[in-house]
Amino acid sequence: MIDYIYLTVLLPLIGFLINGIFGHKIKNEKIIGIIGSSTVGVSFLVALASFFQMLSLPVDQRKHVVELFSWLSAGGLNIKFAYLVDQLSIVMALIVTGVGFLIHVYSIGYMHADKSFWRFFAYLNLFIFAMMNLILGDNFVVLFLGWEGVGLCSYLLIGFWYDRKFEKGTTSQAAKKAFVVNRIGDFGFLLGMFLIYLTFDSLNFQEVFSKAELFPISGTVYGFIALFLFIGATGKSAQIPLFVWLPDAMAGPTPVSALIHAATMVTAGVYMVARCSIIFASAPAIMTVIAIVGLLTAFFAATVGLVQNDIKKVLAYSTVSQLGYMFLAMGVGAFSAGIFHVMTHAFFKALLFLGAGSIIHAMHDQQDIQHYGGLKKYMPKTYITFVIAALAISGFPGLSGFFSKDEILWNAYAHGSVLLWAVGILTALMTAFYMFRLLFLTFFGKERFSHDLHPHESPAVMTVPLIILAVLSVVGGYIGLPAVFSGENGNLFESWLSPIFSSAERRLEVYGSHGHFEEILLMMISVAAALGSIYLAYYIYTKKPEIASKTSRKFSKLYRLLLNKYYVDEVYEATIVQPLQKGSEKILWKIADNKIIDGTVNGAASLIDKTAALIRRFQTGFTQFYAFIMMVGIAIALFWIILSF
Amino acid sequence: MNIIPIEYYLVLSAFMFAVGITGVLIRKNAIVVFMCIELMLNSANLALVTFSSYLGNAAGQVFVFFVMTVAAAESAVGLAIIIAIFRNKLTVNIDEINIFKW
Repeated sequence: MIDYIYLTVLLPLIGFLINGIFGHKIKNEKIIGIIGSSTVGVSFLVALASFFQMLSLPVDQRKHVVELFSWLSAGGLNIKFAYLVDQLSIVMALIVTGVGFLIHVYSIGYMHADKSFWRFFAYLNLFIFAMMNLILGDNFVVLFLGWEGVGLCSYLLIGFWYDRKFEKGTTSQAAKKAFVVNRIGDFGFLLGMFLIYLTFDSLNFQEVFSKAELFPISGTVYGFIALFLFIGATGKSAQIPLFVWLPDAMAGPTPVSALIHAATMVTAGVYMVARCSIIFASAPAIMTVIAIVGLLTAFFAATVGLVQNDIKKVLAYSTVSQLGYMFLAMGVGAFSAGIFHVMTHAFFKALLFLGAGSIIHAMHDQQDIQHYGGLKKYMPKTYITFVIAALAISGFPGLSGFFSKDEILWNAYAHGSVLLWAVGILTALMTAFYMFRLLFLTFFGKERFSHDLHPHESPAVMTVPLIILAVLSVVGGYIGLPAVFSGENGNLFESWLSPIFSSAERRLEVYGSHGHFEEILLMMISVAAALGSIYLAYYIYTKKPEIASKTSRKFSKLYRLLLNKYYVDEVYEATIVQPLQKGSEKILWKIADNKIIDGTVNGAASLIDKTAALIRRFQTGFTQFYAFIMMVGIAIALFWIILSF
Repeated sequence: MNIIPIEYYLVLSAFMFAVGITGVLIRKNAIVVFMCIELMLNSANLALVTFSSYLGNAAGQVFVFFVMTVAAAESAVGLAIIIAIFRNKLTVNIDEINIFKW
């Protein structure tokens, strides 16, 4: 089945073409939904079959390259359109197609009666197509094709309801912001690609990585490559300083937030860093930068998440925060722990977003949690799945988030420092708090909405994906059971991925040097922290709601700072956006364009005009004058000829 | 009987050509200008015939016939143009015929 892996890319493309070209003629939502979902569903089955085939092969035969055709050939550059199927890409492919399929099915219910139903499914399929290219690409160029493709789909889907208002602007402004910020990151990624080609004379993964493994070129070159690639990753995966687009991306429909802005696309940066692990491992300074940036992002996004009132905003900042965890894992060299968190996060965050979608659906597009409350009895299925997801993200023992988050925190402690671990724990504490604040404000307490709303449970097409994702959020962690619990077998997930990361880990020289006792102790601390903050949230938001308002009044300055997201948008607006716009207007438009470019063109024309006006005076209109000139000319020519004899 | 030396013919030819050119440049009546052009052509013919006879080569005389044929055709066309202009502008004064001027 591995040889047919291209089907996982081709089928969503076919779905996109059918729905994109004929969708507005089909009109029947069922047919459009089935085309859109089934193409992704079959892709998932192909990926699953490939995975089982891979599982049956010995470890050293699990890497496959499926060449499709020669894409670009110019001079020494030869880019093949090829897909690389190995342990890492198959895991990502399963996540994307699996979670993607569930979200497609969910969307049939969520987008019901939307005027552009067909367009939504066409875009979703296009996104899966681009994302699969990103994951499966065998060289940086195919990866970049997917990289830009998912950026485009993100733009199209954020601005899907282009005629709606969003916060202070419109959804298309949010879409534009996402696209522009992503482009800044992509520029860094491009520079990284150029530098890789310059250094290794190839853009193929295997060639570049084997060369990187064999020849330790000067550290600065690795440093610059790693830095540029990481800039690309900060754009795509919403890290400091380029995270500002992700909260605004919530302008899109909720399934989009679940699929693109939580489960899959935003993890592309993590995937890319994991894929290029050997390059990053060769640049230890940049690894430290990644760890710190990841941790800071996780921390600051969590603090902002504490006070937001829009349900999707809370989840968006939570996503940024969790992505920060993944980069922390990358930065301390725990690549497989990072990918593990990508997977569990895809389950529980998709579940959270879809649950939020279900609530928003029931509350008729009301997104402010201050106007929810007491929804438990109206939406039991959504409530239970939401609780499971919230427990998973908070790191409740036994659920998937517990294993992946503790894996990261343990690695941060073992291979990083106590400080990294401490800030990580603090972030985990806040995560549990804001998730349960959201949960209690939504499902418990007094009903704070008007009663003509009549909230209701969503249809089965929406709740079944929720239930499946809830099951995955519970059991997903057990494939990555830490060695402490699983005994001799070790961490299954880690040993599955170890061939991919072994060379990077050798270069980093990361070996487990701490005892099991410490690991269990740290785990207990983080569990205690999570449970403590869950109880705190329970106490504040169901027993004594006045504590919350009192605290926010007491620390009103801090509260305002957090509520306004540290004024990052305003700072960027003042320091980057405004100067750029002013500069474009005053210099590029008024001077460069109007004066220099237009001046050159108009000047050339007026120069010819003036010269012609001068020469025109010879055209007197008197025939005899012309005859005279002709005669003089002939006379001169004759003299010339005679004299030259 | 004495043969008239060749210089006589050539001087006459040159004189006729000079008269023609002067006429073309200074006269204002289109028909006179036209006649002056014919005069220039005939001066050229005279020079051709002279050299033909002097060198004993018939080619020059053949050439003269061509010139005369072309001159005949040219005068037909030229006179037609002058008549057409006269019908439009009621004048053949070439200083007044400057409609192509800028």
